[in-house]
This record gives sequence, structure tokens and C-alpha cells, in this order.
Amino acid sequence: MTAVLKGASSILAHTPDLVPLGSKPTREIPRFEGLGEQCLAHLRSYREAVAYPPNQVFIGNIRPDELAEMKQPWWRNLTADAFREGPYGEIMPQDEFYGLLKAADAFDLIWLEEGFQSQIAAKLRLHPLLGDLKGLGGGRTIAEIRDKLARNEALPLNLGCDLVGCVCQAHEEDEALSASVILEGLSAKASAFLALRHLLARVNPTDPRDIDYLLDFSEGAVGDRYQRGGGNIAKAIGEMAGCLNATGADVKAFCCAPTHAIAIAAALVQAGTFDEVALLGGGSLPKLGMKFQFHVKKDMPILEDTLAAIAILIGKDDGVSPVIRTDAIGVHPICAGASAKEIYEEVAVKPLNKLGKRITDIDKYSTELHNPEITVAAGRPDTPLINYRALGALACLRGEIGKEAMGDFVRTYGMPGFSPTQGHIPAAIPFMGHARDMIMAGRIENTMFMAKGSLFLARMTDLSDAVSVIIERNPATRKEVS
Amino acid sequence: MFEGKKVVAFGERDGVQGPAIAECLSAAGAEVVFTVTECIV
Amino acid sequence: MDLENQARIKKLAEQYGRENLIVVQGAGDADSSELVAETVTTGDPSYAGPLTEVQLGLPVYHILEPEVKQHVPSDIYDEQVGLMELALDAEAIARAVRGIRDNASAG
Repeated sequence: MTAVLKGASSILAHTPDLVPLGSKPTREIPRFEGLGEQCLAHLRSYREAVAYPPNQVFIGNIRPDELAEMKQPWWRNLTADAFREGPYGEIMPQDEFYGLLKAADAFDLIWLEEGFQSQIAAKLRLHPLLGDLKGLGGGRTIAEIRDKLARNEALPLNLGCDLVGCVCQAHEEDEALSASVILEGLSAKASAFLALRHLLARVNPTDPRDIDYLLDFSEGAVGDRYQRGGGNIAKAIGEMAGCLNATGADVKAFCCAPTHAIAIAAALVQAGTFDEVALLGGGSLPKLGMKFQFHVKKDMPILEDTLAAIAILIGKDDGVSPVIRTDAIGVHPICAGASAKEIYEEVAVKPLNKLGKRITDIDKYSTELHNPEITVAAGRPDTPLINYRALGALACLRGEIGKEAMGDFVRTYGMPGFSPTQGHIPAAIPFMGHARDMIMAGRIENTMFMAKGSLFLARMTDLSDAVSVIIERNPATRKEVS
Repeated sequence: MFEGKKVVAFGERDGVQGPAIAECLSAAGAEVVFTVTECIV
Repeated sequence: MDLENQARIKKLAEQYGRENLIVVQGAGDADSSELVAETVTTGDPSYAGPLTEVQLGLPVYHILEPEVKQHVPSDIYDEQVGLMELALDAEAIARAVRGIRDNASAG
């Protein structure tokens, strides 16, 4: 049974007031007088976040190739045609996301002020996909919330200057259940849930009970002090979305987790173990504001102000959706070295050889798609550009293109980065929805998704990791045409 | 230049990674005392 | 540069002596290379790590600079670095790192 890409969704939650709770801001703000105020002064409004061109690409209203033509800096050249909704998802405002956090909370750890909570509950009831959310009754008094914060048992949830709630620690002594870790887990759960809802609303079958299995590839790991990465947030998200017949598991491999998960899901479907597997990746709270000091210094808005989540549905062949080439999964084996040449040969050239293809036979490569406006402002490289240039250099070394064609290679086979620097989320998959639509519209024949994982950050090995997956037009559609 | 010298191989994941730099420097006669790769994203 | 790595390099410089330690880096562009070079010569420009206002003055090179390349057997260099030498803007990177090195030795 061939496995196909049945759909992909991408959502953003604009959470500027969570930026100070990101890992870097949490550590740096207390060290420098006035930095906290400067941070707040450089936060974007919701309207600005929605009109930010890369965010519109993320939810599918603009194609990546069109972004390449748009005037930079993008943050100064906002798009007039900006929408909350797009073909792959939406950009949710912060107040609604706080409501979603509350709905994701099964242990009374998110406390929202009662007036605010009822207001948000009413707002979410009008949301086309969230009218059935539970757990939004009641609320807490502002005195209770202040008291909890004063006792250092919680972190504040602000809306601009207003305190509207808090997130409580789940255990007095267990650092794995501190308020910060709980907020990290619930942010991933709530944002991935929203992505899953959008996915199910956009793909057949729409009934969440038809999902057999869930694989989560979120950045964080949930657990307690005895097993910090215990998991299984996939099941928690599935429960919230009503995937009553599914169970699942979490896939961990740094930024390679999404491509590993796609390979595993496709294999499960192809083996006949499951018919419909949903892949979930929630947003990363620690990565909010990671380069905020550089953005403040350059007097530009803090662009790492959105949580990003993606959901992908892989299922059995429907005769129309792009197929996943499980016979050509690219991997970086342990025996391969750390040189870029070996990595790219293993992960790009070898799988292509299996299919009798060359590098230039893939129409679009999706590498890690970090928005360069975020990283370059911090004096760091444009990650996607470097990856495309490395691929182009390999094509050049293999005699597929001339050296003078390397610049064109980047434009033709690549795209500008448009994803927030949300850890695993930028790792090739933000192009998933675009790729599916572009393949089904006949604009491209195939795409290779390729990601690298920085395993060395966990100090268990010097190795990095890399995995690639090729999707291509469903051969059944070709027969119909001929 | 590297013969008998101690060197740090300071790599970047999407540039040249630490172990690849270390291979070169060892071959150049240096003693690599610290190999590391940074990930900027 | 990661704070833990700053601490490691600082300690190694103390342990072996600044004159005996060389940093060879592999950052992906000129700005990023400059940042690394600055950190191990004049101090952490982001004022975040243990090398803040610490002038280690270590000799720092990029693996793509000819000064380094000429000392590495060419087969090993090609295998380990060849692809990125072609992919990255080696000249701009070399200019940036050389600039920091020259400044540091002038100071």
C-alpha cells in the first residue's frame, strides 16, 4: 500500500507577551537594567504580525517564490493583502491563544481572570473550528492570581500591561514540572492541537476518529523528574482533538524529528499497520525572543514573537495525493563523517541514485527554512541560503551544473526562508502544504524535504543527523492525463 | 604553523562542522584540544 | 558564541597559554565569522558570556583561509571542506577574519 501526503496545515499564534518568558529573555533581562522595558517596546502588534509577509507565506496566502520577489526588509514592507486565515491555517491572536492554553490544561495549572476567561470563551465559541472547546467555564479572581505570583509559584500571563492570568507550577520540588516547563508543554500542546484541527478540517477524512496513530515531533519533551522526556504529548493532543481511536508516540531527533516522523508514518501506512497517521509539531516557548537583543539593538521589531505549529496527514493511497517515496529515504548513517560533502551525499545523492535521478531532477528542495531576517540581524548566516548553496556546489562538483550556474540553482531549486525560528518547525516542513498544492496543480513534479539535527547539543555524541524524504506526483493522476 | 600547536576546532552546523575542521588540523600536525559545533538556530 | 563554549576556550587559554592556542572556525558567512573571531580576541560583543571584556587575543582563523588550507594535505582538505569552500563566500569570510586578526595584533 503506497503512502501519500493527504494534507498539511501550518498555524501561528502571535504571543508577544510570552517573549519575556522565552529561554534567552528569561536569562538576559534580569542582567541588564532597562532591557525588559526595551524588549516590551520592540514587540509587534497583532496587525503587524499578520501583515508580515513571511507569516502570510507560512499560512499559505503567498507562495515562497513570490516572497523572494518582495521588497526587504519584510518587517518594514508589510503586505496590504494580509489575512488571519490562509489555505493551511491561521494566525491566532494572543488572547485567544491564552484561552486555548486553558482548554489544553487538564490539571488546573492555567489560571485566567474570570472576566477575561468568559470573554475569551465567548470569542472562541465563534471560531469556526473551536466551538466545542471544553474547560473554559469559571476562572479565578485577580487576587488569587496575584497571590499565586507573589508566592513564586507561577509565571504571569499578560496582555500588554494587563495581568490576565498565570501558569502554575505542577509540583513544588520537581523542576521538570516547574511553571516554565508546564507552559512550554502546554504551548506545544495547544498550538499543535490548533494545527491538527485545521488539518482535519481541510482534508478528507475530516472525522478525527478516523485517525489511527499520532506521531509528535515537537521541540520540547514532556515528563517528570524521573523521566524528563517521558512523553507522550502526541496522545495528549489527540485526546484534545477527539482522535478517540488513536494512540501515538513522540519522535525525538532534534531538527530531524519531523523528517524521521514522516519516514516512520509512511512506513506504518505502507506496512498496513495503520491507515491514517497524523504528525504533529507544536510551537517552542523557549525559542521565543532567542535573538531579541540583536533586534532591540537594531531598533527593529522582535520577530521571534510567534509560536508555530504544523500538522501533516499521511495515509493510504487516495489516487490523487503526492506519494512518499519510502524506497528512497535519505539518512546520515553513524559511519558517515561530519563533512558537508558526506552529509549531502548520504542524504541527497544516495536516495536520488536509488530512483535513477540526479540533483537537478528534483524540482524544489525544502531545506531548513528559517526566516533569514531573524538570523542575519543577529550577525548569523542565512541558513536556507547556505544549505541551497551547498546543494548547488554538490551539483557542480558532480558535473550537473557549471560553477556559474550556482546562483541560479539557489533561485530555481530553492526558496527564501519564511519560518519563525521555532526549532523543529522550520526543518523543511513549512513547505509541505505548498509542495502538495504545487504538485497537485502540476507546477512541480516533486520535492525533497531535507533536515539536519544538531544532536551534539545534548552532549551525548559529536554527531549531527540528517534525514530526507522525497514526495512526488501521484502516478495515478499521470495515467488520467495520458 | 600548526605543528605542535594546540588548537580549538570551532565549527558551525551549516558552515563547516567541528569534527571536519579537527580532521584537517590533526592532519596539519596540530593537537586538537577542543572540538565543538554550534547551531545558530 | 554559546556561553559554555566561551568558558571552555577561556579555560584552555589559561591552561596552555594564549601564545600556544589557535582557534580555527567554520562559521557560515562573513558576519558570523567576525562574531566568533571578535569573541576570542577582543571579547564577547554581545556582553553575555564569560569572555565579556576579556581580551584573549588568540590567533583566530577560518578553515577556508589560505593560511590554514596550505597546511592541510589537499586530499583531506577536499574531502572535509571542499564542498563548503565552493558553497560559501570564502573571500568575504577571509577578509572579515583577517580584519579582526589585524586589529587585534595592532592593538
